[in-house]
Amino acid sequence: MGRFSFFGEGLPGIDLEELKGKLIVLEGTDGVGRSTHIGLLKQWLENNGHAVLDTGMTRSPLAGKRLKQAKEGHTLGGITMSLFYATDFADRLENEIIPALRAGFIVLTDRYIFSLMARAIVRGADPEWMREVYGFALKPDAIFYLRANIDDLVTRVLQSTGFNYWESGMDLHMGEDLYESFVRYQRWLLGEFDKMVETYGFDIVDASGTVEEVFPRLRDRIQRIVERNGHAQ
Amino acid sequence: MAGGMKMYGKHRFPGRLFIVEGIDGSGKSTQLMLLHKWLESEGYVVYFSEWNSSPLVRDVTKRGKKKQMLTPMTFSLIHATDFADRTEHDIIPPLKAGAVVLADRYIFTAFARDVVRGVSPSWVRGLYDFAVKPTVSFYFRTPLDVAMKRILGGRDAIKYYEAGMDLGLSDDIEKCFELFQGKIIEKYEKMVDEFGLVPIDATGSIEEQQAEVRRIVTHALEGTKKTRIRRWVDLASLAKDSRA
Repeated sequence: MGRFSFFGEGLPGIDLEELKGKLIVLEGTDGVGRSTHIGLLKQWLENNGHAVLDTGMTRSPLAGKRLKQAKEGHTLGGITMSLFYATDFADRLENEIIPALRAGFIVLTDRYIFSLMARAIVRGADPEWMREVYGFALKPDAIFYLRANIDDLVTRVLQSTGFNYWESGMDLHMGEDLYESFVRYQRWLLGEFDKMVETYGFDIVDASGTVEEVFPRLRDRIQRIVERNGHAQ
Repeated sequence: MAGGMKMYGKHRFPGRLFIVEGIDGSGKSTQLMLLHKWLESEGYVVYFSEWNSSPLVRDVTKRGKKKQMLTPMTFSLIHATDFADRTEHDIIPPLKAGAVVLADRYIFTAFARDVVRGVSPSWVRGLYDFAVKPTVSFYFRTPLDVAMKRILGGRDAIKYYEAGMDLGLSDDIEKCFELFQGKIIEKYEKMVDEFGLVPIDATGSIEEQQAEVRRIVTHALEGTKKTRIRRWVDLASLAKDSRA
């Protein structure tokens, strides 16, 4: 029995038996500190002798460039956008994540299908349809959901990049300004993530503290996964 | 709330949607062109969905094909993205406005082609849940040898994905194309009952086929609005006036 499985109807032509590595997902809303933790985890895992691939919303070679343009130009409809993102994700899954797992890497991914689904759902996509479409995704060994409340998120975003158009969901016209829109949009996303906790078995990590406080919690849980031989699900 | 992303299949629009399906060389595009001319001459507002999707999506599809970087899954998804764009831009608005929309190939092409490539039949059907249900879906039924003769006679070189070369059925591109089309026909035949495709015997004469198509379309057009002005008549009378 292979360790891996798909959420639904899987990818054609993939032999799951060949996949040896571990797939670890960090999810959470904007500004929750995912990329900081992934950087630290990578360093720590490599120090312990593991080969690590860190991947995230870096765009795929196939669709990445055009997807970015589409986003900037706001020219595509909601269904088209959702499927464009799914294409982009499929390309990364098949050409980046799966080869790394085959080679026995620990794959740390900054976001996964859950962010893509949450964003599509708040823009009106049918949740059931999105679940079905993303049935081709591999079930990860673990999904860490970094969770912080809105006040923490606002503070962090202010201290780093400031509010941007997309992270504030301005395309949804939810508020008069970036701040109001950000708060409503991120709260809505949090709600969608919260709904997924049970369905997908998210492991919730309280991310409201400092990096020094949060990282050890994450590290200890990942330690157990790395040491474990079987698959989570 | 969010700008309504809808599952269009569940909706009813005042317009009509006629689509043609069949393998390459089945003559479906010729039949659709003849239908288009006739509908316009009858005074209907006709939109032909030329699959002119947005340049953004089209570029990705083109590049992926040219560089042979598509897997069965990304092939399926990028074509669904393209189709979504056509649905949202070219199909829904005219249907809402009560026009007649004609489409050369539709979701059944994906159901046949992607499943032959190994994609799950139920997954790909779910993927296209947002598509509008056509008023009539014509299936131009052609024996493989007839289609092959039409295609290999006079046309450009067959392309890599078109021939299903990614499936590795044969190293010879024409042989591979034939094997691939044969499998596509099997899938189409299974869909006739599943989706109520209307088969047209594509071995008959062009005139016979067109007469059959028009008969069915006429029946389905009851209650559809026509334009008031027949533009060609007006232009003709203008030309006369200017000469006088």
